[in-house]
Amino acid sequence: MSRQHSLSRRITMTTIAYLFAFMIFFPVLWMIITSFKSEIDAFALPPKFLFFHWTLENYITVQGRSNYPLFAANSVILAGGATLLGLLVGIPAAWAMAFAPTKNTKQILLWMLSTKMMPAVGVLMPIYWIFLKLHMLDTHIGLIVILFLGNLPIMIWMLYTYFKEIPVEILEAARMDGATRWKEIVFVLAPMAVPGIASTVLLNVILSWNEAFWTLNLTTTSAAPLTAFIASYSAPEGLFWAKLSAASTMAVAPILLLGWFSQKQLVRGLTFGAVK
Amino acid sequence: MRTTHAFFAGVFTLAMTTTALAATTLTIGTVNNGDMIRMQKMTDDFTKSNPDIKLNWVTLEENVLRQKVTTDIATKGGQFDIITIGTYEVPIWGAKNWLVPLDKLGADYDVDDLLPAIRSGLTVNGKLYAAPFYGESSMVMYRTDLMKKAGLTMPKSPSWDFIVDAAKKMTDTKAGVYGVCLRGKAGWGENMAFLTAMSNSFGARWFNLKWKPTFDGPEWKKTLTTYVNMMKESGPPGASSNGFNENLALFNAGKCGMWIDATVAASFVTDPKKSKVADKVGFALAPNAGLGKNANWLWAWSLAVPSASKNADAAQKFIAWATGKHYLDLVAAKEGWANVPPGTRTSLYKNPAYLKAAPFAQMTLDSINSADPSVNGTVKKKPYVGVQFAAIPEFQGLGETVGQDFSAALAGKTTIDQALKDAQASTLRVMTKAGYIK
Amino acid sequence: MATQETRLAARLLAAPSIGLLFVWMVVPLAITIYFSLLNYNLQTSVTTPFVGLSNYYYFLTDPAFLTSIMNTLLLVGAVLVITILGGLGMALLLDQPIWGQGFARIMVISPFFVMATVSALIWKNLMMHPVFGIFAWIASLFGAKPIDWFGDYPLTAIIIIVAWQWLPFAALILLTALQSFDQEQKDAAQMDGAPPIPFFFHILLPHLARPITVVILIETIFLLSIFAEIYVTTGGGPGLASTNLTFLIYQTALLQFDAGGAAAGGLIAVVLANIVAIFLTRLVGKNLEG
Repeated sequence: MSRQHSLSRRITMTTIAYLFAFMIFFPVLWMIITSFKSEIDAFALPPKFLFFHWTLENYITVQGRSNYPLFAANSVILAGGATLLGLLVGIPAAWAMAFAPTKNTKQILLWMLSTKMMPAVGVLMPIYWIFLKLHMLDTHIGLIVILFLGNLPIMIWMLYTYFKEIPVEILEAARMDGATRWKEIVFVLAPMAVPGIASTVLLNVILSWNEAFWTLNLTTTSAAPLTAFIASYSAPEGLFWAKLSAASTMAVAPILLLGWFSQKQLVRGLTFGAVK
Repeated sequence: MRTTHAFFAGVFTLAMTTTALAATTLTIGTVNNGDMIRMQKMTDDFTKSNPDIKLNWVTLEENVLRQKVTTDIATKGGQFDIITIGTYEVPIWGAKNWLVPLDKLGADYDVDDLLPAIRSGLTVNGKLYAAPFYGESSMVMYRTDLMKKAGLTMPKSPSWDFIVDAAKKMTDTKAGVYGVCLRGKAGWGENMAFLTAMSNSFGARWFNLKWKPTFDGPEWKKTLTTYVNMMKESGPPGASSNGFNENLALFNAGKCGMWIDATVAASFVTDPKKSKVADKVGFALAPNAGLGKNANWLWAWSLAVPSASKNADAAQKFIAWATGKHYLDLVAAKEGWANVPPGTRTSLYKNPAYLKAAPFAQMTLDSINSADPSVNGTVKKKPYVGVQFAAIPEFQGLGETVGQDFSAALAGKTTIDQALKDAQASTLRVMTKAGYIK
Repeated sequence: MATQETRLAARLLAAPSIGLLFVWMVVPLAITIYFSLLNYNLQTSVTTPFVGLSNYYYFLTDPAFLTSIMNTLLLVGAVLVITILGGLGMALLLDQPIWGQGFARIMVISPFFVMATVSALIWKNLMMHPVFGIFAWIASLFGAKPIDWFGDYPLTAIIIIVAWQWLPFAALILLTALQSFDQEQKDAAQMDGAPPIPFFFHILLPHLARPITVVILIETIFLLSIFAEIYVTTGGGPGLASTNLTFLIYQTALLQFDAGGAAAGGLIAVVLANIVAIFLTRLVGKNLEG
């Protein structure tokens, strides 16, 4: 009887959960479906959900117009570079704050977060000038530095919260064995913090990948990532929704796939110290 | 002509191979309009005869491109060798020497063949600073079948009264047909292009000779009242977010009785591959209010070379190719005459093959010719150049703000009087801050 | 436990981050302050370069300024409420014993990966378009007049889009928190016969206070600078109906090309952001300390 009850409850819960999940997912799904339609079908009323002539022509047109692999490669370089640099600088800082906190540590962390509150568009001209003088416009390194600095506060904060959860005794034991500071970080701390580091990396890759102000304004061709790619489709002459959907799908596909495959990892780590 | 071209190209190639291939890369910033994208596809023709020049395309939507190009040119960044700009920027930037005068377009370029109205819009102090890639005015596009059904005949040069009346009669909300589709989306190049041109026909202007805005005058009030009432009565839902693209989609889907917009749209709405109503479209001049001015604008997407470019000569060579007569033949051969970029050259409108393929050609030419961007182009004299804009740096920002006010009036968020009052106040502020009004 | 030597090492290790962020803050800030005192329009010749505080005067007295502050607060507040309530609901659902939890989670998390421009484009064209959009179609099924989202309810429309993007984030953090809530505790509570509603308010909610604080903090930082969604859909209008502070500064900087005015606006935004930050610090300080 009770089993029956829990089974029916389970069915109900699953149905409700999937209903809502599907509603949240629908716009993304609809974009993907539309990308395989002809332009005429994309405007059909009532909308055609599955039964239409599926075609790849939009993808072929989009690729024919702009060199997608180049933009995608730039996105990978920028997101990867910024994240790597972030780890390099962020892990030591987070370590220091977690294991040798001073009474100012909290203040410093919050100050770091507050640097993210300046609206980017307000400092565009100053940054543009600096980049111009340093010949960093449209270079990978310039963009990597900007994205790295933009996300560093979040990164340090995330890492800090993970490190804080690591029992101090373990470090002390390592120290007893004569481990140096660097060895301590690299061989003892880092492995323990892998889940935390992994989700920090994922979150930063996502944020860097989707950053659309600096990447658009400080690049022209050689360092232009997918945000610039999508900007060349966002308001074309005439509404080409199917092509727009194809370009959009191409722009988000890599990060979407990465997210789907690593969602367990991301979810496990996405706590910001919120869970004790 | 052809042979000399080929001959020079040959000699040039030879010369280049002997001086070892010193490749030049041209970075071209351009808008993502259909004609520009077609140009990208055609560039093999250019690179074949200029193997030493490599082309690097930066294709962006209009607003993003304008931001990037303006930032680049104002800081002398030198990121672009060729930029795509309009008749609004050229007079301002040319006067500041931010652009290279185009004097190396070659002997066979035939500058005198450019349409006079367009050419004068791109000339500053007697020097041509940009070459037109395509030019446009605006006109009425209408459904011949619906017009007949309503028992009306479209005159060649309709009045606003006729348009208002026809729009009412063509509307059939149940069938999803709206009498008139007009731009409502805020933006100096969107609803303000239309409304400023419309206001000209009602005798209005942006500024009087002392640079005071005139939104408090009766002309603007009449313009906005006519526009808002007509759209409320016979316009599509969501009109306040419709720009060129949205209206094009609506018209092509058969949802509009009339559409007053850019002449370049003519080739889209008559293309059976894109339009459901391709064989039922007629054209007329933009409406008037009996004051001797039609509500049509003038615009030309043009190619120019920033003065910070290090490859100005090669850039001019490309511009000569892209805006020359040979390019028109090239597109005609590959994609048909109807797809040729219109509105730049007199010779095109004398070409029987083009006139046959493009039923809208004559109306386009008439519209362009009847637009006058000079200071005498309005009923009362104005202190600025430009039909649907004022060629001063502040206009872009002003157009956005005022565009928002008028868009709000269309959406019913504010009254017509309030919108005009807001427009007057904000324009007055900006003009005072910028020092026009002492 | 921290020895003298550890302290020193810690300082050395934290120094690069602090130093870099300090430079990243101070240098643009200094140049921005300098610009904000100039009559510096990218497109005009500078005749009176130094204008004192007039840029601030014009920005603060702009009728759009107050509206944009209101819109910013509305946008941030509404999105926070929706994402936290919706996220909590979604997290509670996903925490139930359901089949294929992983797949449901993948669906829920997806919007978070989509770049802002793209999600704005999807919603504007495919979902909310008054003629061809899914919502218009649904309305027509019920014989209702389709809603003109961006004309009649522009700010609401933008709130929906932004909330859609950030709901997954809230849902995931809250879900992780729920899952960490010991199963034994839950069982014990049920054993005691604790009815579900008081259980939720007295036991579960206090446990979620910290994650909710974190969601508020992180989301606020990003929501204050919402831009792409507005740019793509309404362009701040109609009128000023959907202009937030970031968008107002954008208009000054890249439509009017008024670098001086934009700098002044940027600095005003920084001051306002810091007021919010102080408020947040209080909140976070209380909740994160414990």
